[in-house]
Amino acid sequence: MLAPIPGFLFFLMQVTTDSLQTTLSDNATVLLLTVYVLLLAIFLGFELIGRVPATLHTPLMSGTNAIHGIVVLGAMIILGSIEGSSLTDTVLKILAFIAVVLGSANVFGGFVVTDRMLEMFKRKPVARKSPGAGGQ
Amino acid sequence: MDWIMDNRVELINIAYLIAAVCFIVGLKLLSSPATARRGNQIAALGMAIAVVATLFMPGMQNIWLILVGLVIGAVLATFPARSVKMTAMPQMVAIFNGMGGATAALVSLVEFQHRANVGRGEIVSIVLGLIIGSISFAGSMIAFGKLQELISGRAISYPNQRQVNAIIGVAVVALGILLVVLGQAGVSYLLIVVLFLTALVLGAAVVLPIGGADMPVVIAVLNSMTGVAAALTGFVLNNQALIIAGILVGASGAFLTLLMARAMNRSVSNVLFGAWGAAAVGAGSAAAGAAPELPMREATPEDAAVPLAYAEKVIIVPGYGLAVAQAQHAVRELAETLQDRGVNVRYAIHPVAGRMPGHMNVLLAEANVPYDELFEMEQINEDFANTDVAIVVGANDVTNPAARDDPGSPIYGMPILNVDQAKQVYVLKRGRGAGFAGIENMLFHDAKTAMLFGDAKESLSKLNSAVRDA
Repeated sequence: MLAPIPGFLFFLMQVTTDSLQTTLSDNATVLLLTVYVLLLAIFLGFELIGRVPATLHTPLMSGTNAIHGIVVLGAMIILGSIEGSSLTDTVLKILAFIAVVLGSANVFGGFVVTDRMLEMFKRKPVARKSPGAGGQ
Repeated sequence: MDWIMDNRVELINIAYLIAAVCFIVGLKLLSSPATARRGNQIAALGMAIAVVATLFMPGMQNIWLILVGLVIGAVLATFPARSVKMTAMPQMVAIFNGMGGATAALVSLVEFQHRANVGRGEIVSIVLGLIIGSISFAGSMIAFGKLQELISGRAISYPNQRQVNAIIGVAVVALGILLVVLGQAGVSYLLIVVLFLTALVLGAAVVLPIGGADMPVVIAVLNSMTGVAAALTGFVLNNQALIIAGILVGASGAFLTLLMARAMNRSVSNVLFGAWGAAAVGAGSAAAGAAPELPMREATPEDAAVPLAYAEKVIIVPGYGLAVAQAQHAVRELAETLQDRGVNVRYAIHPVAGRMPGHMNVLLAEANVPYDELFEMEQINEDFANTDVAIVVGANDVTNPAARDDPGSPIYGMPILNVDQAKQVYVLKRGRGAGFAGIENMLFHDAKTAMLFGDAKESLSKLNSAVRDA
C-alpha cells in the first residue's frame, strides 16, 4: 500500500509551505513547493492506472470524470465570495450559481454512472449451469 | 466548539488532505475489477468530505444559494444517471464531463470579473482555465450530440476546414496573450467574454470533424482537459484540493487516452486532427459512387440455425450494433440455447468494441453473461481458425481483414479479430452500408460469410427459435 505516502508528502509540504510563508514570505519557495505537488500528482496519476485492463477503461474514465467534479469547490468558493447586489454582482452571482449547479451535476452524475457500470462487474453468485462445459 | 472555529482553516485543509487521499486510494482500487466499485465509493466519500468542508470556509456568503445549487445539480444529474440505459453510458460520461468543463470556465470568468487586483500569474491560470474549460465543454456537447445521434456521427467536413480551425485557434491564443498583457484593464472585462465565446467555438470546431467511432478517445482527451482546467482554477483560488484532484485526473486521463489510442493503433494527434476521418469519408463516398456493389450472400435465420446447432465451437463477436439494438439479452439467450445443445460458446471482445473500451463487457455483464465466457482479443484470436461458426453481431471495422492485409487501407495496422479465419461466418447487420469508418469490409463478401440483415435483436431471437427447432 503505497497510496498514503504521497498524501503524507503532500501534508508535509503544506506544513512546510505554511511555515515558509510566514517566515520568508518568499513567493519563489511557494511556487517551488507547488511545482513539487504538481509533479508528484502527475507522476501518481500515471502510476495509478498503469496496469488497468481494457475492461476497466470506461469505468475508470467515468470515475476520473467524477473526480474532476472537484471543480465544484471552486464554484462554491466564488459564489461564496460575491457580496454586493449591484447589477454586475447579480449577473456574476447567477453565473457562479450556474457553475455550482453544473459542478454538482458533474460530481453526482459522474459517481452514479460509474457506480452503475461497476455494479455490473460483481461476479454472479451462481455460475449459470457450468460455463465452458459446453464442448463435449 | 470555539477551538474548531479558531482553527477551521487548518481543519478544512486537513479535510482536503483526507479527500486527496480518498481520491488516490479510490483510483488505485478502480484499476482492478474486484475492488473497482469500492474505489468509486471511496472517491465519492472524499468528494463529500471536500464539499462539506468548503461550506465552512470563513467568510462564505450565499450559503443557502450554494446549497440550493448543489441540490439542483444533484437532482438534475442523478435521475438521468440512474435511469439511462447502459448503452447510452458513453454519452452520459461526455455530458457530465462537459458540465465540469463549463464549471471551470465559469469560475475563471467570474473570478476575473469579480476579484480586484488579480496578479499576473493568476491571470495566466484564469485565461488557461477559461480556454481549456470552454473547449472541454463545447467539445463534450458535440461528442454527446454525435453519440446520441442528434448530429451526424460521420466526420463533418467543409472546405478549408483546417485553415478555419487554425484561425479560430490563433484567435484564442492571441486573445489569451492580450488578456495576460493587459491585466484587468477596462477593456479586458469585455475581451474575456469574447475569449470565452471564441474558445467555445474552437471546442466545437475541433470535435465536429471527428468521426463517431473516435469519440471514446475524444472524450478521454476532454476528460483529461477538464482535470487540468480544475487544477488551474485551484491555482487561482489557492485551493490544494482542486490542484491535487485536477492534476490527478489530468495525468491519468492523458495516460488513459494513450492506452485507448494504442488499442486502436492510432496516435492521439491522428484522431484529433482528423487526417484519417476526412480521407476515409472521401474514399468511402467515392467508392460508393463509382465501384459496383460487391456481392454479399444473404441467409435466413433457418439457414444459419443448422450449422450453429451442430457446431462444436462458436465464437460470438459483439459490436456497436449490438449495443444500439439493445440486443445483449437476446445474444445471451441464443448462447444459452446453443450451450444447452452442448455447443461451446465464447465471446470475443475487441478492445474498442462498442463505443468505449470495456463498454461491451459492461453491456454483456448487464445481460448476465458469465464473466469467464468473455475473452479479450489476444486470448481468443488464435482460436478462430478452429472455430466452426463465428457470429458477428453489429461489428464491422474491428473484423475487417484489410486492417491486417491491405497496407493501402486507412485502418491498416489496427488490431482486428481474425473472424475471417473461422470455418463459417454469419454477420448480423442492420443494412448494407459501410461501417463508421466508411470502409468496405471484405469479410462480408467472403464466400464463407453469409449476412442476416435487420435489427440485431430481432435477428438474434429469430435465430434462437430457429436453433431450437433445428
